[in-house]
Amino acid sequence: MANGTPIGRVRGLGSAKEGTHHWWNQRVTAAANLVLMLWFVISIARLPAYDYATATGWLQSPWAAIPMVLLIASVFYHFRLGLQVVIEDYVHDEGRVALMLLLTFFTITTAGIAIFSILKIAFSGTPA
Amino acid sequence: MATTARNASRPMSPHLQIWKWGPHMLVSILHRVTGSGMATVGTLLLVWWLAALASGKQAYQTFTDVMGFYGLGYVLGIGLSLCFFIHLANGIRHFFMDAGALFELKANKTASVAVVAFGILATLAFWAFLLWGK
Repeated sequence: MANGTPIGRVRGLGSAKEGTHHWWNQRVTAAANLVLMLWFVISIARLPAYDYATATGWLQSPWAAIPMVLLIASVFYHFRLGLQVVIEDYVHDEGRVALMLLLTFFTITTAGIAIFSILKIAFSGTPA
Repeated sequence: MATTARNASRPMSPHLQIWKWGPHMLVSILHRVTGSGMATVGTLLLVWWLAALASGKQAYQTFTDVMGFYGLGYVLGIGLSLCFFIHLANGIRHFFMDAGALFELKANKTASVAVVAFGILATLAFWAFLLWGK
């Protein structure tokens, strides 16, 4: 069966079954974001104050640090998918490749800083 | 884009300006605007807040000083919370539409108006709680 070009061998065999990958992952992260962001907004609203000691004290608890890390992962993946569609819709020339790369670097860099910061605060805290 | 090859005598496909605006169109573009706003401004603000907390008291002081500059923190906070509540409500509307519901004209219009109304009311309630509820 070594005859024919690669495209000729797969033609007619159906899709790669990846067509809904982007859409589905956006929905999965949307569902996770719904829970995590509501938790975050309510937690922030319920903080007694917004000074350094209160904010770090809150993030030192694993009950805040763990959902916070999960939130960064889910929300940042979600906005990476969303901004990709915005770029695909409005940028039609070669610039879209550069923008797509920039978007990926932006997402991973900001997520890296955010997760490191959360962990640094969480691990430097005194056990409550 | 291959715009140079377009024959000017041929009709344009229907575009934004020939449609009568409805609530569904408003929430559609609002979803993109609020999402993009949170993904850029919101992300930078959240990351700065976390990094400042992790860096120490002085870095956090700088953060709060900048946020206190002519109420910048309030502008960003109210703007981002409005974006969040609208995006959240419309995201839930999208879940219903993914399941095949809310496509009937009347239900679609009602749900779209409800998204905007919820976004505004939830933002007002959130800030009323922050400012006077504690």
